[in-house]
Amino acid sequence: MAEYSAFALLKNALNGNKDWKPAWRKPDPKPSYDVIVVGGGGHGLSTAYYLAKEHGITNVAVLEKGYLGSGNVGRNTVTVRSNYLLPANQRFYEHSMKLWENLSHDLNYNVMFSQRGVLNLAHTPAQLDDLARRGNALRHEGIDSELMTPAAIKRLMPAIDISPNARFPIVGGLMQPRAGTARHDAVAWGYARGADRRGVDIIENCEVTGFLREGDRIVGVTTTRGEIRAKKVGVAVAGSTGRVMALAGIERLPIESHVLQAFVSESIKPFLDTVVTFGMGHCYVNQSDKGGIVCGGDIDGYNSYAQRGNMPIIEDVMSELLAMFPALASVRMLRAWGGLCDMSMDGSPIITKGPLPGLYLNCGWCYGGFKATPASGFCFAHTIARDEPHELNAPFTLERFHRGILIDEKGQGATPRLH
Amino acid sequence: MLINCPYCGPRDVSEFTYQGDGNRERPDPASQDIEAWNAYVYDRLNPAGDHNEIWQHSGGCRMHMRVVRNTLTHLISSVAPVRPHAAARHGGKP
Repeated sequence: MAEYSAFALLKNALNGNKDWKPAWRKPDPKPSYDVIVVGGGGHGLSTAYYLAKEHGITNVAVLEKGYLGSGNVGRNTVTVRSNYLLPANQRFYEHSMKLWENLSHDLNYNVMFSQRGVLNLAHTPAQLDDLARRGNALRHEGIDSELMTPAAIKRLMPAIDISPNARFPIVGGLMQPRAGTARHDAVAWGYARGADRRGVDIIENCEVTGFLREGDRIVGVTTTRGEIRAKKVGVAVAGSTGRVMALAGIERLPIESHVLQAFVSESIKPFLDTVVTFGMGHCYVNQSDKGGIVCGGDIDGYNSYAQRGNMPIIEDVMSELLAMFPALASVRMLRAWGGLCDMSMDGSPIITKGPLPGLYLNCGWCYGGFKATPASGFCFAHTIARDEPHELNAPFTLERFHRGILIDEKGQGATPRLH
Repeated sequence: MLINCPYCGPRDVSEFTYQGDGNRERPDPASQDIEAWNAYVYDRLNPAGDHNEIWQHSGGCRMHMRVVRNTLTHLISSVAPVRPHAAARHGGKP
């Protein structure tokens, strides 16, 4: 399995890199499978991987409408953390964190997981109290969390403006040292290769155009590459959830699709080795291994399937970035792009059996799905294989909205703007 | 994105507040129909294409308006006051 060993790299370099083998096959779809996973993003691929690895279900197809990694798994700002307030979220995301910590080893594929820490800044004493409360809740659950003073923050990132003359002076912050970043494409490729090696068919350029039904029951899908039948169909299509579920006749869900923009600057020398978030507004920033400053903020705030956004958010994010790091004013932005986010009405995800027989639904990731990739696949695979949720995703049902047992991290009530 | 406010004319999107899916109907306040309330509070139409939605010109004349906007292209095909008579009464285009 040492395909990317130093020896292999050297041999192929001397050989003009002609002999590399593709990391996964390009099979044609079979007429039927035990399980079809719709969506070849991070969550779909990890679902297929854990179906094969944890449950021995290898007669699986992953259907991707474009090429692998063309959706949100290649568009996010790569942050991985588990610093949530509510127990259901803490347990789920901490399980994800533990999977992340062993992921490169598990997949035998370097996902470049870097535990460089995630720091949330506070700008008022009340905000700092709130962060302290969250830190205590995290420690209570056994998750690492440290309150930091402005002086300690300045030592960690010398370019940050902690002066009392700032428009929103920094009064402290909450750090999760085990949090960090991962190479998002490598996560997709690693899971794809791992699933493929266990017998999963990854079928690219295969868009689902409808569902096959026997009575109420879903028994397969129609696609641009023909009809494919399956005992169980799992849907993990993030921002396209509304579109795909409408094909199954479900027009209304507690989900809206919104556009989230992200930005990267030209490469600069090492400047910031932590992920940091601005607390007055919303801006999160890290520096990629290539040197680009990667940042993002809030969603644009209106329904969109366009994968591109508008100027107001760009101005917001840039002004907040400069409030933290004035020195970045002379750095040029290189690219801006957008991804479709499945914004749920309480800011928490849905991983559930149903809503139709034979169908399984994984959605509502708002704009925090990347960090959940391992646990989402792990729990969704369990739900599909056993026909019941894992204890970690048992709270993330669709009927919680009917019953009023929301997982509302911000305590803000029903709105599709939370995360 | 520009929204053509019936009262103020074309203005930047940053002046407006998005109020979401305009197809929902609020049940009678006395209603005890849990499903109807659930649908109103949580469920949304989420089409890829033309979407009926409510916006408010909160940074301007504060009018609430019905907007038909394509969620694939962001093109706006119609803007009308939620209550048509309001604009006419205040001197705007009806």
